[in-house]
Amino acid sequence: MHRNDKLLFSAKLMKIKTLLFIPPVLFLIVLGVNLLFVSHRSPQRVNQLIMSSIGDASFLNPILAQDSASSDINSFVFNGLIKYDRDLQGFVGELAESWKVKEGEKPEITFFLRKGVLWHDGKEFTAEDVKFTYDKIMDEKTNTVRRSDYELVEKAEVLDPYTFRVIYKQPFSPGLQTWGMGIIPKHLLEKEDINTTSFNRRPVGTGPFRFVEWVTDEKIVVEANPTYFQGRPHLDRIIYRIIPEVSLSEMELLTKGVDSYGVSPHQFRRMSEIDFLKIYSQPALGYTYIGYNLKNTLFQDRRVRQAFTHAINREEIVQYVLYGYGAVISGPFPSHLWYYNANVKPFPYDPQKARALMAEAGWKDTDGDGVLDKDGQPFRFKLITNSGNDVRRDVGVLVQRQLRELGVDVTFEVYEWSVFLKNFINAKHFDACILGWGLSPDPDDYQIWHSSQIERGFNFVSYKNPEVDRLWEEGRREYDQEKRKKIYWRIHELMAEDQPYTFLFSPIGMSALQNKFVLVENGPSGQKIYRPIKMEKAGLMYDLIDWYVPGETVMEK
Amino acid sequence: MTSFLLRRLLQMFITLIGISIISWVIITTAPGGPISLTMDPKISPKIIEQMMKNYDLDKPVYQQYFLWIKKLFTGKLFSFKDGRPVLEKIWERIGNTLLLNLVATIIIFSLAIPLGVFSARKQYSMMDRLTTFGVFLGLSIPGFWLAYLIILGTVELFGYPVLGMRSFVTEGFGTTEIILDRIWHLLLPALIMAIHGMAGLSRYTRSSMLEVIRQDYIRTAKAKGVPEETVYYRHGLRNALLPIITLFGFLIPGLIGGSIIMESVFAWPGIGRLAYQAVLARDYPVVMTINTITAVLVLLGNFIADLLYGVVDPRIRYG
Repeated sequence: MHRNDKLLFSAKLMKIKTLLFIPPVLFLIVLGVNLLFVSHRSPQRVNQLIMSSIGDASFLNPILAQDSASSDINSFVFNGLIKYDRDLQGFVGELAESWKVKEGEKPEITFFLRKGVLWHDGKEFTAEDVKFTYDKIMDEKTNTVRRSDYELVEKAEVLDPYTFRVIYKQPFSPGLQTWGMGIIPKHLLEKEDINTTSFNRRPVGTGPFRFVEWVTDEKIVVEANPTYFQGRPHLDRIIYRIIPEVSLSEMELLTKGVDSYGVSPHQFRRMSEIDFLKIYSQPALGYTYIGYNLKNTLFQDRRVRQAFTHAINREEIVQYVLYGYGAVISGPFPSHLWYYNANVKPFPYDPQKARALMAEAGWKDTDGDGVLDKDGQPFRFKLITNSGNDVRRDVGVLVQRQLRELGVDVTFEVYEWSVFLKNFINAKHFDACILGWGLSPDPDDYQIWHSSQIERGFNFVSYKNPEVDRLWEEGRREYDQEKRKKIYWRIHELMAEDQPYTFLFSPIGMSALQNKFVLVENGPSGQKIYRPIKMEKAGLMYDLIDWYVPGETVMEK
Repeated sequence: MTSFLLRRLLQMFITLIGISIISWVIITTAPGGPISLTMDPKISPKIIEQMMKNYDLDKPVYQQYFLWIKKLFTGKLFSFKDGRPVLEKIWERIGNTLLLNLVATIIIFSLAIPLGVFSARKQYSMMDRLTTFGVFLGLSIPGFWLAYLIILGTVELFGYPVLGMRSFVTEGFGTTEIILDRIWHLLLPALIMAIHGMAGLSRYTRSSMLEVIRQDYIRTAKAKGVPEETVYYRHGLRNALLPIITLFGFLIPGLIGGSIIMESVFAWPGIGRLAYQAVLARDYPVVMTINTITAVLVLLGNFIADLLYGVVDPRIRYG
């Protein structure tokens, strides 16, 4: 009896003890098996492209999408009537085979559409779809910001199934680029609420790739469209991954879980040493600047602004902040496009001249405290920028020091984006700010610079120059590119003199791509000819439908 | 008992209303809005106004609140960001978050309790000090930093993808490989969350165990000649674990509420990331709904904890 009890006791004891120690052991076994598995994996060579993005897409519908992830996918799935050519200079036809612009007080653009283009579900694309897309954008119930692009359209009409005509209220040359908008299918969306339809997650387009699946916050997959009107793309599919941290997509790049990657300047050297990567670079469509609030008496004198630009060593900023990967600009345009006036040279870094200009404007250090003053008032102001942008933060610190050398007392503060916009920029309650513009390839920046845009537009620095105003108006009325170029070159000259901003630099964008990708072309006798992928002004992926991963990489010499 | 339940439920309901009103006020008065956050010169202010109207953002704050409740219960609540039903957006992620948190919790419980018992038995021994040091180290190292280190390390060592819920180049994988791949992607984030969460539970077990083994009945058992092992594991541990049962009440919100940091670092598509993105984008419907769901779970967890007290400790009566 006594002995039995003891046995029972130790049996129960064993149970508790084993129960307690089974899980850790089990855990270690699972971990071990897994480590074994991941360390014995053979590399794959698949004819696909894996890209990554920080944020998930929102609407796979070109008329609703605003974020870059959605735009990327939409560019695979949908086509516009036209698109920019590889140099971002003119246009080439996409769904429109050709088009005709009839100039006049009420200009007309007639698009002649491609015949036999099929939606991914097999129906034919016609002018009715174009009209439908336009109508949906103009519908007030549609939550789209694209409506602004078409405000000057008087009438859009279908002439026959393959002809579509737009009539403008007044000459408006930037209007042409808005017809690069992706066209959506009427037959699928006619009866749907465009804002909430499930189409926005399962899009059907005419583009080179067909939508396959979208796993929220994880991936979006598209595959080659075999009936694409320019021929089936050579890649089998594209996987678009969502990786919320940039530094982590670098890890994935190294394990080949991602094929392409936007390289930051500080990573360039490290990335260029990796043998399976190739790095491409090109100036970005945009620039970073210091905007001066011209309502503030401190900055109303042009000489002060010029002095500042002379006192700010922009070459040094590019060197230190962007590791040299930026182009100093002299005016309001990115430096690699046709409307940038290369004859206007950026103000050189010249502290002497800066001091002289300040003195001319009446700012001298009379009390010897190291700060310039005028009528007893020291030159003191607050420079602000938004948080979350390391480049702007670093620029601010450098500028603060450089202006300090000129004898200007700058305090530098950083605010959260929405506070920054609402309380400072939109309220015009700031002295100077560091910001950047991302622009479209068309030079028409009327909304940023025309004096009519001070009150409610984007001219928050309150810049006003009647001649420049007139030129912006003229530029958007002119259809001839040579004439437009003259106008924008003149604007560039005038604004470089006025310096409403200190134009800092266009950053140089860099991307890394696995070098297994090539452009493929079918040679005359059916053999495949490979060429290296080239960075175009319109972007690395301009020739995406010709990308290919050959079984064994043989490059054409 | 019934009156207790009714009273508690009523209390919970009132608290919930209070929570939702306060969060609504905080969220809507925070600077910025879902539409005014863009700075695109191609968008005219007129369009922004029209869109505010479409989203009912032109109405007074209190009206917006009632509209939110109405839309929530009629199933017409759509996210500003992508126009999808809010509940569908939350639902599709709950599974992911639950999976990750469940595995992490299992690891925590299965490792922390033995560790705590062990420390208590060998109090002040070298091993006790070492485990104490270890768990506190785990607690004090910032999770995201540790995660980065581990990601870097595994990438260097194995060259195998670690982010997300699965690998993306899986051509030639069989079922076993796919399962192993999924486990691999689950194990790392769960392990890091566990390292962080283990300190609390193991300390709790240790002190509870220490307290129990100083009780008279333990001394009696020892005096009777019951073997040491039996004293600890049979009489000691069982009683020591009683207070830990109440921890299950807090598990409920903990399992569903995602971890923003771990989900972001490991690209895990869970609730935490959804909430974070929604706050950044001022996607009011999503933020409010997640807030409310979390509040409900916390209240429910507390409620269950209260009931469990009664179950495990017969001295507690509800009247």
